[in-house]
Amino acid sequence: MERMAAFELRRPESLAHAIELMATVPGARVLAGGTDLVPNLRHGLEAPATLVDLSGVPGFAGLDLTPAGARIGAGVTLATLAADRLVQAALPAVAQAAASIAGPGHRSVATVGGNLCLDTRCVWYNQSEWWRRSNGYCLKRGGDVCHVAPQGGRCHAAFCGDLAPALIACGAQAELAGPEGSRTIAVEDLYRDDGRAHLALGSGEIVVAVVVPPQPARARSAYRKARVRAAIDFPLAGVAVRVTGDRERIERLDVALTGTNSRPFRLAETEAFAGRAVDDALVAELGKAVQRQAGPMRTSVTSSNWRRQVAATYAQRLVRELAATP
Amino acid sequence: MNKRLLSLTVNGRRREEAVADATLLLDFLRETLGLTGTKRGCDGGECGACTVLVDGAPRLSCLTLAARCEGTKVETIESLAEGGRMSALQAAFHEKLGAQCGFCTPGMVMAAEALLRTDPSPGEDAIRAALAGNLCRCTGYVKIIEAVDSAARGAR
Repeated sequence: MERMAAFELRRPESLAHAIELMATVPGARVLAGGTDLVPNLRHGLEAPATLVDLSGVPGFAGLDLTPAGARIGAGVTLATLAADRLVQAALPAVAQAAASIAGPGHRSVATVGGNLCLDTRCVWYNQSEWWRRSNGYCLKRGGDVCHVAPQGGRCHAAFCGDLAPALIACGAQAELAGPEGSRTIAVEDLYRDDGRAHLALGSGEIVVAVVVPPQPARARSAYRKARVRAAIDFPLAGVAVRVTGDRERIERLDVALTGTNSRPFRLAETEAFAGRAVDDALVAELGKAVQRQAGPMRTSVTSSNWRRQVAATYAQRLVRELAATP
Repeated sequence: MNKRLLSLTVNGRRREEAVADATLLLDFLRETLGLTGTKRGCDGGECGACTVLVDGAPRLSCLTLAARCEGTKVETIESLAEGGRMSALQAAFHEKLGAQCGFCTPGMVMAAEALLRTDPSPGEDAIRAALAGNLCRCTGYVKIIEAVDSAARGAR
């Protein structure tokens, strides 16, 4: 890989100082674990003059689980989240998603906030400078054409974070802080359907924590993803499902997807499944809904149609398995 | 280029060096300290050849900024042998033929070392999970898994 361009590393020791740096230093960029950002910097995908390292911010890595819900600090590492027995019991989809990300050497430092704010990915984008230059760059950076869909005016790079769908299915909210103050939004509202600008964060705004409400008494959740290599690789399609109820009658169904679109999203119109039994008809309808709403483009070396089908199949399998779990 | 004085412990020895903010831990270990046991493989966080321990946890040194290791305890493959004698884990890699060309071996051994410190009696699934981020193009992994298993059994 190329040598990294020089930058200044700032290590604020309070959230207020971090926000002040983000607001006042031109071109400042947040650095969390660095497992996504560092390779991107070395590929020349970004060239920030200043990195604001959040690892020294007190309380950023706090993880609290109480009967009133969970508060997961943005600086909690994926290894900590995956290994936490309370998280495994209360939010299995979240623990499974965390355990499935990258490899042990990444998870020991990669964070919840970093995974939520992962850059979007594409075969035309995650390449070296000379590779991209040889192809006239692309719409996401440096060029004016999206090679995935040259006729359209938008970037189709796919969001490939695994935690977002699991948190969306569990009804989580994201706490944000920035120069304009603090706010809390649903995790699905953190994203926009644009591969070039997929985060709905304001200028200088930082994800501080994720808050997950207590799960319904009869809720069970799980996460599954498809990828080429069973470690390291990003999801070609990832599905989180939460079933509330049992096989005879589900009260509620929450499904969220990643890896297929420029943003992770909650499957729409699942209200139609409430009050029904998990039978062949419901499973077939669910598969069709996923196939309709997932929109994988040719952003990976795997065919879009296969990714669409595997998303549907995983959603179907997870619903059957969760509904059959006592 | 912004530089800072970095102080940390590498393989038990206190170090203080001036490093640029953009220096990677891999380059710091290999170029500044001359610890070339840590290998530069894919150089992009995909192969695990550069795995070292930072405060006991496995880390990819090609993704780690040296400046963020202030005050930490870094351990590389060079730390395992004592007085010229291989550690039990290294000896197991040797005896079970867990190394062929040897390029992935330092990263494999450090990833396995991290596992055995937290889980001294891992099953095969735990060994596979701990080594999932380390690529080997020679062995087919079978002998590597045997080596880690053998080291764990030998220690019991």
